[in-house]
Amino acid sequence: MLANYGYKDGSGEYFITIDTEKCNGCGACIEPCPEHCFQIGSDENDPLRDEPVAAVVPGQRQKLKYLCMPCKPAGRAVNKLPCEEACTPGAISHSWYHVLQR
Amino acid sequence: MTTGTEKRKEKKVEYWKWPESRSTTPGIDWTKASIITCGIDVGSVSSQAVIMTDGKLFAYSSRRTGYNSPESARNALNWALEGTGMKPEDIHYTVGTGYGRVNVPFAQRAITEIACHARGANYLYGPSVRTILDVGGQDCKVIRCDERGKVETFLMNDKCAAGTGRGMEIIADLLSVPVQDIGRLSFEVDEEPPPVSSTCTIFAKAEATGLLESGWPLNRVLAAYCRAMAHRIGELILRAGVAKDFAMTGGMAKNEGVVKRLAKELNIDILPPSFDTQIAGAVGAALFAKVLAEKEQKK
Amino acid sequence: MITAGIDMGSATIKAVILKDGKVLAQNIIDTGREKEKLAKEALDGALKKAKLSLSDVEHIGVTGVGYKIIPFADKQVTVVGADAKGALYLFPSVRTVIDIGAEEGRAIKCTPDGRIVDFAINEKCAAGAGSFTESMSRAIELSVQEFAKVSLESTQSIPLNAQCAVFAESEVVGLIHAKTSKADIARAVHDGISARISAMARTVGLGKDVLLIGGMARNVGLVASLNKDLELEVMIPKEPEFIGAIGAALSAAE
Repeated sequence: MLANYGYKDGSGEYFITIDTEKCNGCGACIEPCPEHCFQIGSDENDPLRDEPVAAVVPGQRQKLKYLCMPCKPAGRAVNKLPCEEACTPGAISHSWYHVLQR
Repeated sequence: MTTGTEKRKEKKVEYWKWPESRSTTPGIDWTKASIITCGIDVGSVSSQAVIMTDGKLFAYSSRRTGYNSPESARNALNWALEGTGMKPEDIHYTVGTGYGRVNVPFAQRAITEIACHARGANYLYGPSVRTILDVGGQDCKVIRCDERGKVETFLMNDKCAAGTGRGMEIIADLLSVPVQDIGRLSFEVDEEPPPVSSTCTIFAKAEATGLLESGWPLNRVLAAYCRAMAHRIGELILRAGVAKDFAMTGGMAKNEGVVKRLAKELNIDILPPSFDTQIAGAVGAALFAKVLAEKEQKK
Repeated sequence: MITAGIDMGSATIKAVILKDGKVLAQNIIDTGREKEKLAKEALDGALKKAKLSLSDVEHIGVTGVGYKIIPFADKQVTVVGADAKGALYLFPSVRTVIDIGAEEGRAIKCTPDGRIVDFAINEKCAAGAGSFTESMSRAIELSVQEFAKVSLESTQSIPLNAQCAVFAESEVVGLIHAKTSKADIARAVHDGISARISAMARTVGLGKDVLLIGGMARNVGLVASLNKDLELEVMIPKEPEFIGAIGAALSAAE
């Protein structure tokens, strides 16, 4: 399952996608995130799955634009974010990379 | 001070909530059922209870959510059971879903709306459904699922009021038009106006006020607003991708002013519903309740 | 040389007249539907205060969200550019400029010579700008000024969970029902805006001197929240609304 956590508002789209087929529930994403955006637990969107999976912490989902800013400095190209880097199976991706819009 | 706030609230109730509904499927003898399950969806605006006998829809109700989630859940259940002779203790397993899902005291398990709407739409619209759009009172969800109703992709927006029932409620309230009339009125225009340009509901409301002041007829403003809403929801759907068949659940599915414009915007057919679209989440919950009850029996 | 600068904001239009880099007069009016006419009106008001006529003005610079449609201006300046220019002109030590208007908030990092290094914007969403305090002050039935001031009397910090100005309104209604004081509600709103603005400011980078401009700089409640979040004291010009217009007038002189 491609679980898209985040939102879209007037200013843009801000989604972190977790591919639950690739996620092995290892939890390596938790530590590197300076804003504590990730958690590991049972898959809340697939009640019949038994293995744990990563998800974006519910309270953080509506603030991603701002929470992710420290890892996405304006005007500078970012190759890989700490959460993406930590995820060996490559399950995590972001829908936006630059704060600089114009 | 409080009186002013309460007065505004009373006015809101008149315009923006969908009517309540209740139904029992005829010809089912529930006393012969081997498993009775219940799904309760406590939403921000309305709450639904669905009773299933051996995985078949037996009765449902859709009521307004009160201030207290446990009570709203209980009220919805009692109304669904009304006249059936069934009692709450006859139910083997209950699953809660929706915004207030953790506040359903008589539920054995809480499951997200994402999972429940996919299951529910699969049951109500049939296994050909691949894309589900659920627009509720405070959120918008796009779900892609397989032929068994298992979620493949989802995205949910509950941060921003634009593109949710709340965005519609604001305009219904501003223009004093009951929400069930918005769709019809929005088509009673000479020609389709351009959409309201602001995405943010606060700015769109100001824009709508400005259009009225500049002499636009009410219906034209409604058309511009519905079109903006359809565009906004359409953008979110495109992010998840559209696959046939396309179905809608939730309150917004009843607003043809948005539904028809959305179909046009995305150039798709939207499956016509033959039931109250607001019960889909509770139907899914009741179906999960059956699977979970059977899993427990096996243990 | 006499130049004029017009800043077409989303709520107000500002005009300033500059003579050899000195501010002669400034004028602010509410915006409306007929932008071009109102821009002229704002400018005429400023000219009247300066006891000048339009023919005395050599160049007119225009900036702001609706700046493209003003035909009598001969120089168009981006909002970010005008902000940085105006800010550095008045406060040469400033390296970070935060501009919070009615509908937009932005943070700009610049070099001593006014070159823009980075900037971040929150636009098209009421939650990060002045409109948010406006709708929230209405919800608790206070004027915007009272709302700003009462915030300073708050005794506790309550997080506002809603990240949308519309959803926040229902949350505030809930807080009123729970007998939360107006001071605490006002502070919660200012803290919310401040959290978003300071995230942007941190992203572009905080210089030693941070200047806060735009109409919201007059909101003492928001300023208090920002100072706490940024762990510094922001500098505020005496008339924070006019910095963009001054920047536009300066650019027009070049």
